[in-house]
Amino acid sequence: MNVTDIQPSGVRIVDPAKEAMLLSALYIAQEREGVLTPEAIARVAERLGLEPGQVYSVASFYTLFRMQPTGRYLIQVCDGLSCYLCGGANQVVDYISAKIGIGPGETTPDGRFSLEKVQCLASCGTAPAMRINDDLYENLTPATIDAILERLQGEV
Amino acid sequence: MTPWQPVLLSNVNRPNSERITTYMAHGGYEALRKALNMAPAAVIAEVKASGLRGRGGAGFPTGVKWGFIAQDAPVKYLAVNTDEGEPGTFKDRLIVERDPHSILEGVIISAYAVGAHRAFVYIRGEFFLGVKRWIKAIADAYQHGFLGKDILGSGFDLDVSVHRGAGAYICGEETAMIESLEGKRGEPRLKPPYPAQIGMWDQPTIVQNVETLANIRHIIGRGAAWYASIGTEQSKGPKIFCVSGHVNRPGNYELPLGTPLREIIYEHAGGVRMGRRIKAIIPGGVSTPILPPDKLDVPMAFETLAAAGSALGTGAIVVMDETTDMVEAIRRITSFFVHESCGICVPCRIGGVRLLETLETIGAGKGTLADLERLDYLSRSISGLTFCPMGTGMCEPIASGINLFRSEFDARVAA
Repeated sequence: MNVTDIQPSGVRIVDPAKEAMLLSALYIAQEREGVLTPEAIARVAERLGLEPGQVYSVASFYTLFRMQPTGRYLIQVCDGLSCYLCGGANQVVDYISAKIGIGPGETTPDGRFSLEKVQCLASCGTAPAMRINDDLYENLTPATIDAILERLQGEV
Repeated sequence: MTPWQPVLLSNVNRPNSERITTYMAHGGYEALRKALNMAPAAVIAEVKASGLRGRGGAGFPTGVKWGFIAQDAPVKYLAVNTDEGEPGTFKDRLIVERDPHSILEGVIISAYAVGAHRAFVYIRGEFFLGVKRWIKAIADAYQHGFLGKDILGSGFDLDVSVHRGAGAYICGEETAMIESLEGKRGEPRLKPPYPAQIGMWDQPTIVQNVETLANIRHIIGRGAAWYASIGTEQSKGPKIFCVSGHVNRPGNYELPLGTPLREIIYEHAGGVRMGRRIKAIIPGGVSTPILPPDKLDVPMAFETLAAAGSALGTGAIVVMDETTDMVEAIRRITSFFVHESCGICVPCRIGGVRLLETLETIGAGKGTLADLERLDYLSRSISGLTFCPMGTGMCEPIASGINLFRSEFDARVAA
């Protein structure tokens, strides 16, 4: 930042085109390290000419930006109304918990799995549903959950 | 009566339906050619005459909205709302994944009509496949000369880009979406001014839902008179109804607006699981008031649902059978809204948490009659008192639920 960036009021002049790239920049930063570290936030701020506090404020608003590291496979079970009605939500979470030995908000000691409940995944017509990293799994049954978890357990 | 032949979903079940070649082999982009040979004002007039109302929840007449854009504004924008997140709703995801060009053709025609040369597609961050499909569709449209400079020799220019949201239901609200597109926290703006007056970067901006845009090519292609012959007096055209919950065949069903709720549930969605009776129906996504089974004959249209005490919303029908614990269902809906409150308006931020705490107390069997009164008092302190409709939306299922299922609530509380 140099002196010409500062208005008389002390407010930094922000380039709206750069500011509009903030969400994309945060995605790129997160993809590289799997999590948004304070250093990554500072780098994004510097590249876009924004204050680190502003970048943190925006990042913290959105659930897909993560400040805490998660396991290699992030299991996100839909906690929505239709999944609940179709025997999902709690039942799917309990079933997975029993299989991998962790509750929602936890990560397995080997760092392979994290488990979370999330809001509606727009899979109400194919409930119950869950997402693991970028993949969506629908019409879940104990058998399909077993198959998915076994495959991921075996991934090197 | 002959069964309804799908219009909006006519392509989605074809092999490789998402490809531009498939789309063009079945009449795709013909409506765009026709529109580009019309004056922009004539396109707006056609959409106005069709009676099309927005499919994102609010139901505002699309052509009227387009008319609000100042003709002489030097810069105008179009924003495409693919931020589908209302629980019970899964129609926009289907169109984006299986027939993205049907939306894109609507985007180009709409931009031409209002004079926008820049369109922004905002898509829910969780729609990984949808993001890919949008990007591919736009790239292919550029290749075929449907986007870029001098589209099909018309002299009209349009550029479209895709922007991923990052997990926030509130960004489906149009002004929150604009904030998010600008790289900010998705906090709604106070309206008026409406986006058509002051939107992205303070320029006039038209925000349209994906399903709304998918209607445009058919209105231009087949004409407003054909379109207006479908539906009811105040609700024209086809609608995609998302049916979920305790039904035998959950899914998306495209039918004319005005189709009775009973027909959708029993004929199209295969009726209730295990032949059970219906206890409650949410007709338009979880922010619309709950209906009792004696309203099953209501035609699914804006005006008839309003008269029945609810709303069409997104057309997302959630069916709950006689085994449903209504206190838990309503607690779950409230938990969603509390999680998704952006926090900028105090009634929604604080009031939502208090509503949820009270519902949890009642659900745990530790509540009293005073807690039921508290829900009523809290709802009246939130409803209509927030920047965006979410505050009202979070109160609707609670107020209607207690009203309809008072005995279930009474049974949980100590006198």
